[in-house]
Amino acid sequence: MLKYLEGSHGVSQVVAMCRPNVISAYPITPQTHIVEDLARLVGEGELEAEFINVESEFSAASVVLGASAAGARAYTTTTSQGLLLMNEVIYCIAGMRLPIVLTCANRAISAPLNIWNDHQDSMTVRDAGWIQLHAEDNQEAADLHMQAFKIAEQTFLPVMVCMDGFILTHAFEPVDIPEQKEVDAFLPPFKPQNIVDPRWPRGIGLYADPRFYMEVRYILHRALEKSEKVIKQVSAEFAKAFGRESGGLLKTYKIEDADLVIITMGSVAGTIKDLIDQLEDEGKKVGLLQICSYRPFPRKEVYRVLKDKTNLLVIEKSISLGRGGILGSDVRWSFPRTEKKDRKISCFVSGLGGRNISISDLRYAVARVEKEPVELEFLGLNPEIIAKRDM
Amino acid sequence: MAEITQLIHKYLRHEKKFPHVWCPGCGNGIVLGALIRAVDRTGFTKDQIVLVSGIGCSGRMSVYVDFNTLHTTHGRALTFATGVKLANPKLQVIVVMGDGDATAIGGNHFIHAARRNLNLTAIIINNNIYGMTGGQYSPTTPYGAWSATAPYGHIEHPFSIAELAVTAGAAWVGRGTVYHANLLDQLMEAAIYKRGFAVVEVISHCHTQFGLKNKQGGPVEMMRRQKEMAVRVEKAKTMTPEELAGKITIGTLVDRDLPIYTQEYRRIREAAGGGKK
Repeated sequence: MLKYLEGSHGVSQVVAMCRPNVISAYPITPQTHIVEDLARLVGEGELEAEFINVESEFSAASVVLGASAAGARAYTTTTSQGLLLMNEVIYCIAGMRLPIVLTCANRAISAPLNIWNDHQDSMTVRDAGWIQLHAEDNQEAADLHMQAFKIAEQTFLPVMVCMDGFILTHAFEPVDIPEQKEVDAFLPPFKPQNIVDPRWPRGIGLYADPRFYMEVRYILHRALEKSEKVIKQVSAEFAKAFGRESGGLLKTYKIEDADLVIITMGSVAGTIKDLIDQLEDEGKKVGLLQICSYRPFPRKEVYRVLKDKTNLLVIEKSISLGRGGILGSDVRWSFPRTEKKDRKISCFVSGLGGRNISISDLRYAVARVEKEPVELEFLGLNPEIIAKRDM
Repeated sequence: MAEITQLIHKYLRHEKKFPHVWCPGCGNGIVLGALIRAVDRTGFTKDQIVLVSGIGCSGRMSVYVDFNTLHTTHGRALTFATGVKLANPKLQVIVVMGDGDATAIGGNHFIHAARRNLNLTAIIINNNIYGMTGGQYSPTTPYGAWSATAPYGHIEHPFSIAELAVTAGAAWVGRGTVYHANLLDQLMEAAIYKRGFAVVEVISHCHTQFGLKNKQGGPVEMMRRQKEMAVRVEKAKTMTPEELAGKITIGTLVDRDLPIYTQEYRRIREAAGGGKK
């Protein structure tokens, strides 16, 4: 049923329908509305689950790790500093192959203190062994949670659903909320495998000395690579069950005969599509490639859709300081070294700490790369602020 | 110019950083007033003071005062302050935290700072809730109270922050309320003067979140409750446990001379033959 909802509540309602057994979180803006609503649903008896608001994100991640290790379907949500604080446990969850789902309401990282949106937080844990899916709008954010539990429980990999803080979490949009029976038909009950159970005693997360550690990490890496197939398949099953496209590895917009392709993740794709339509009216052929699955990074799929494209423009909301764009690096790596093609890949770091990315900013970026490739540029900097400090 | 106006001009970044973000009627302004009056009386210069804060409504205090300030991450203010104090023990380091900041995410640091006994002043504003993020329950939310994450009543039991500090080994512990403004001034001054880890728990109110959710009225009603609930430590000694039920004691809970970390460190270095050129 179509409901007019805040992004956070679209997520909380769908998460509740996924019937998690244990939910644990700590308050942090802009994630908090999700768990508040889940607390209410548990309190009102609409969701049969254990809910605990613990004393830190470190504890929240630890609680869901324990719950999952005991066979529960477990859910948590956080952002920014909270995700950084969880980091140690984030790695453990992946290493233990526990299919936990976490919502990251993407937000910038301190210092300076900033509560607004960018992607630096989830980028800090991109190497941890979690699947990371990025939502474009509130409908996709809600839908991806249904898919996330399914993907996690088929692959025994944890899944992080990334949605832009405030831009999505606090925005009201019509969201199609499914019926409980539809969710039950799509998402079967969780069949845990690697759990602590006195009937079948086993240890989880034990010592692996140098004879074993590398193999365990290799298997985890391979599991991530192989999960590409599951992500695609679950997205297709979702489309069949609910009649709309959501998730998958990547999405494209007007890419077929485009001379320039913009590559991005998350909610800014909406603004970019508007720009593409405007440019089309002006006679310019620009397309969009939107990465939904950032980890695993769908290198082969990216190559497949970009094979014949020579002018690429990456718009990304994070940076590897001292190196450059992170998504930009992933895109550059997607092309075979042996390929002898004169391909220009430009990278614009944009929207850090909630800086608005307007159509005119993007229009400027397009005009820049039409002339020459841009190794790295921060979009929309204010030179007056920089002049005082950049020595 | 009124005394408080002079102090505001002297100690606050009143031209740059105001208006502040606190709700009208918030107790944080009273705490800030007590703090700058106390600093003024102690005679420390602005440059001798370092104010360290964490995250939350209380965390904003470091933005508003014209001392050396360090606005840090959630729960870690005491650990950053530990670093500041070790690097330059001459600085007078004051740490401002909230109940969630100091006793939830930073609870570990709080008890260890008390145990370690560095010469720091910790001010903990306890309003029983996470105010800034929208009223989720904290470690001091009373049993049965309502909050955004306990919409049908809280099932956990709260910490008593001052008693926790006493048990963890703090050298000086006091508790005041924002209603008892004069006492708060005295407690702040004593805590800054104290050699050793000194804790002031300030009972405050969040009418925006806690008051609203628990039907406790506005700031006036909530401060009246502070007045009704508070009993001086001296008087509490003459009362029976039954009479003290539901009350909070205010005043100086403990004042003891304990070896300070930096002194102990110097002593052990000398014993080990270090510290000589």
